[in-house]
Amino acid sequence: MTDPDVLIHARGLTKRFGEFTAVDGIDFDLRRGEAFGFLGPNGAGKSSTMRMIGCVSPPSGGELTILGLDPVADGPAIRARLGVVPQEDTLDVELTVRENLLIYGRYFGLPRDVISERTDRLLEFVQLSDRGAEQVEPLSGGLKRRLTIARSLISEPEILLLDEPTTGLDPQARHVVWDRLFRLKQRGVTLVLTTHYMDEAEQLCDRLVVMDRGKIAAAGSPRELIEQYSTAEVLELRFDPREHDQAAEKLADLRAQRMEVLADRILLYIPNGDTALAAVRGLGLEPLTSLVRRSTLEDVFLRLTGRRLED
Amino acid sequence: MAPQAPAAREAPAGSAPASPASSWSFAVREFRYWTTNYRRTWRGSIYSSVLNPVLYLGSIGVVLGKLVDKHGSAELGHIGYLAFLAPGLLAAAAMETGIGESTYPVLGSVKWRRTYYAAVSTPLRPADLFHGHLLFTALRLVMNCTVFLAVMAAFGAVTSPWVLAALPVAVLTGLAFAAPIEAWAITVMKDTSFAMIFRFGMIPLFLFSGTFFPVSALPGWAQPIAYATPLWHGVALCRSLSLGTATIGGTLIHVGYLAALAAAGIIVGDRTYRRRLYV
Repeated sequence: MTDPDVLIHARGLTKRFGEFTAVDGIDFDLRRGEAFGFLGPNGAGKSSTMRMIGCVSPPSGGELTILGLDPVADGPAIRARLGVVPQEDTLDVELTVRENLLIYGRYFGLPRDVISERTDRLLEFVQLSDRGAEQVEPLSGGLKRRLTIARSLISEPEILLLDEPTTGLDPQARHVVWDRLFRLKQRGVTLVLTTHYMDEAEQLCDRLVVMDRGKIAAAGSPRELIEQYSTAEVLELRFDPREHDQAAEKLADLRAQRMEVLADRILLYIPNGDTALAAVRGLGLEPLTSLVRRSTLEDVFLRLTGRRLED
Repeated sequence: MAPQAPAAREAPAGSAPASPASSWSFAVREFRYWTTNYRRTWRGSIYSSVLNPVLYLGSIGVVLGKLVDKHGSAELGHIGYLAFLAPGLLAAAAMETGIGESTYPVLGSVKWRRTYYAAVSTPLRPADLFHGHLLFTALRLVMNCTVFLAVMAAFGAVTSPWVLAALPVAVLTGLAFAAPIEAWAITVMKDTSFAMIFRFGMIPLFLFSGTFFPVSALPGWAQPIAYATPLWHGVALCRSLSLGTATIGGTLIHVGYLAALAAAGIIVGDRTYRRRLYV
């Protein structure tokens, strides 16, 4: 592997915990400057993969090279160049906002004046400038997450790893985090993130892999994945529960490219939603509600695995 | 201003990796975390480190000591009870500090505050966290034992200038407990396990390792057990230094025993820390 723009290189990467295989022989390459995502439901092996990349979990098999180095032998040298935003907050809640950055900066061996200067800059970036002297404990989940992001940037890392960066945040707090991550991406910071939110993956990732049960089910840009595995539009129909099954039978006659019968809805994958809705009415069916929308990564996941992301 | 984009940096694949700093300097980084953390609580801890020796030396050393001294002190080696008790309590207090620092703070770092997980995402390795915390434990021992010695002197319980050498010995005694217990504490999932250490470890040692009476006063079958405990070695050495009766041979045996225990704890802890934090 000589391409200097490949920052992370994995082939047949595997992680086993006893009998259980959490990551089952995955291949991927991460390129400098891109935002790369692992999309999948809980338990798909995303966090295990992130921990191997973060050099805190030795691989059970396969090849893994990070920044041209071996994560087992060169852990400290690699971690010195990574920023990590873990899934669960690991802030020291008894200390102040600034003290958390001070401690973390010291872990990287940075001198106090450098830490102080970067702290001013980073707190401004995550909009926490006026909270510097406050204790962390009472801060909201969204503010803590922003502080964790600021902390991960104190060493000016070459790669930023984010494990489920917005899980547990309310919608408004999520959008603030997305906005900050998007700005980092615009500045050329290489992002690696895991998520089970398809909207997060669509918003942030240039390229992603869909993970399911430890394996990579598909890889590409969000647009490529949608084009390859779904249709341009989706028609979502909801019927009276008593007519749900009958309607599903009748709709099979429409010969849509694909039909998913969920417990509460029926999804028709078609090129044009309005035309399809007219055809549904032509069959004499009148849904309680109908919605025409564009295909999303959720539809890709459903197609690939037969399951929904957030189940 | 916003964070700088690192895109302009040179290609990492071709460049030499930044050489990792030595283990020692990594451990110091973790030590400084603990001192920063301690800044919020040091006042309270100073009160208890002064109050404890004052209460024990005042009640048992002075008041109970008067009753003991009335019956003659041949068994104690012809010295007053206070002078006999004080260095023993010094070693016992060091044990208590060592065990206290190596239990709840360790479990808290991995389970409640989860700060160890933040630290292992940086260049620090699990063993660096272990060593850094042992350094901090040593600092706490130096602080508490210095205060204890000062209280001893104020009570007039010191008879030899060699008592100053009891300070490093007491610190070593504390570390002989702290290192192995910390190596075990990182493997613990629930804090109820610590109650066992306090109830069946610390309290019996405190009572029967020669702190309050010479081990020779125990029944014959119990004496070898008492002589094998680490606290007895700490007590015996602190006492011999405080009374000015230390011998080179005895000192080497006691120091060797305590140092071996601390070293064994460090060797095991390097592994257990790694196993818990690198899953």
